[in-house]
Amino acid sequence: MVRKDLGFQTICHLVLIIMSVLVLFPIALLFISSMSPESDIIKYGYSLVPKSFDFTAYKYIFKEGSVFHSYFITIIVTFTGTIVSILITTMLSYTLTVKELPGRGILSFLVLFTMLFSGGLVPSYMMWTTLFHIKNTIWALLVPNMLCNAFHIMITRSFFQNNIPPAILESARIDGMNEFGIFFKMVLPLSTPIIATIGFMKALMYWNDWTNSLYYITDKNLVGIQALLNNMLTNVKYLAQSMDASSVATDVANIPSLSMRLAIAVVGMIPMIILYPFFQKYYMKGLTVGAVKG
Amino acid sequence: MKKKNLGIRLKKYWPFYIMALPGLIYFFINCYIPMSGLILAFEKYSVSGGIFGSKKIGLQNFKFLFSNADAWIMTRNTLLYNLTFIVLGLVISITTAFLLHELKSNLSRKVYQTVILFPSLLSVIIVSYLVNAILAGDTGFINNHILIPLGLEPISFYSEKKWWPFILTFVHFWQMTGTSCILYLANISAIDTSLYEAASIDGAGRLQSFFKITIPCIIPTIVTLTILAVGKIFNSDFGLFYQVPMNSGAIIDVTQTIDTYVYRGLLNTSNLGMTAAAGFYQSVVGFCLVFFTNMLVKKISKENAMF
Repeated sequence: MVRKDLGFQTICHLVLIIMSVLVLFPIALLFISSMSPESDIIKYGYSLVPKSFDFTAYKYIFKEGSVFHSYFITIIVTFTGTIVSILITTMLSYTLTVKELPGRGILSFLVLFTMLFSGGLVPSYMMWTTLFHIKNTIWALLVPNMLCNAFHIMITRSFFQNNIPPAILESARIDGMNEFGIFFKMVLPLSTPIIATIGFMKALMYWNDWTNSLYYITDKNLVGIQALLNNMLTNVKYLAQSMDASSVATDVANIPSLSMRLAIAVVGMIPMIILYPFFQKYYMKGLTVGAVKG
Repeated sequence: MKKKNLGIRLKKYWPFYIMALPGLIYFFINCYIPMSGLILAFEKYSVSGGIFGSKKIGLQNFKFLFSNADAWIMTRNTLLYNLTFIVLGLVISITTAFLLHELKSNLSRKVYQTVILFPSLLSVIIVSYLVNAILAGDTGFINNHILIPLGLEPISFYSEKKWWPFILTFVHFWQMTGTSCILYLANISAIDTSLYEAASIDGAGRLQSFFKITIPCIIPTIVTLTILAVGKIFNSDFGLFYQVPMNSGAIIDVTQTIDTYVYRGLLNTSNLGMTAAAGFYQSVVGFCLVFFTNMLVKKISKENAMF
């Protein structure tokens, strides 16, 4: 029996190790290639065992202002977007838990219905560009399809319903606290798990978003890190071409474009890799609920 | 009497309406205004007429759309990819969840889970880079380190159709297995262990208890998730089908889905009506599917239904 079990455990580990290797292999390839000299990549292709290490690509990133600029845009957008959407989402979700609120059923339905039916890309695009004129503004990165969605409202609402005892809210009301005070001073502090969950999911969404930029941004000053990577994917020389001759002390012709775009990809992954261990627990919880409701 | 009552109640609850307002305004703008824009599908759009003032041409746009091979190709691709993802996904995610659950060591379970979940954090753009690093014709890993050393002809993946159904399926599971096995893992972990003990006393083997205990216990979840996935069968991951193949024209027959068709149509405004018709087709058929599948879910397990 023990022996049989050992065999089975080995099989489990073996399969999972193979899966993990499959997952990690391309990521390792990216990391290692980003630290290889450009000439080696051209000659031998991307490789797991580089002939030599070379950090020129990373040096260029630090020297080259436009990468920093894109990074900065993405950080600002992610930070602002996450905070604002947490606020909007929790406030609306909390309202939907107030049982006696007149019109609560209608409001819930209006939120929910957006999960079932949508106008799709064409009308949204027409509205954002012709009615709100958000093309080439920072709003295009923050607002369309990003700020608030029904799925987050639903998981937040069910958290409030199950974890905030109505009795403490009632006693605060009796003590004369107003509703805003109750929400900000009592409900939110009791809700850190759900704030962490939707906060991390929102941050991930903003950090990884490239579609809004694809639809609405042509201005070079508003290119975030994903959009920059996207431009470099289709055009390796994008960065070299987009530099002004005046700003560059470097030799544009010798920019290691291939390894540099990999280095930017690595730099683009790092913030989420750093946050992941802290939020993994909440992320997994959100996914478990989300698998059904999402 | 009732009216006055409502007045008093509204007075009492006004702070809540203020709190709900930003979210509601956002939903109104982001979701409800575009719904009215679906009317574009029945118009010959002109810039001067705008969304609501352009000339109404009835079903003309739909006639053009469906008289064209594109409509068939994108519908076929969207449905076939989604069906593959659903069916293979069941096998892969349940097996993975089962293996993770069976591990004796909690630490290794955690490590594997962290690793398998990791790709879900990456953006489609980064995934495209990873795919490109492996497949690229000149610098790719497969050509340089597998095919050429073996003396085989290098393959130019980005222009050969036959590889992409497999590549896209692989990439989908590479990125999604971690997230899709989580719910099954939670479900399997919640099964009463005394069931397994009783089975093993009765002489059931591991496979037998998997098929006779584990699977029956998670059937409600399997059914619910599958039905919900069927409800979304008209939608596709735009990034996966547009970005990962790097928008390559040579392989468009096997990578075009409704979402990529709509985006490509949007780039060419002279044909906006037909693009809007394709969007309308997706929205309406998608809605019907979600609606009916949700009714089914409601019959099977009430708490998992959306409405």
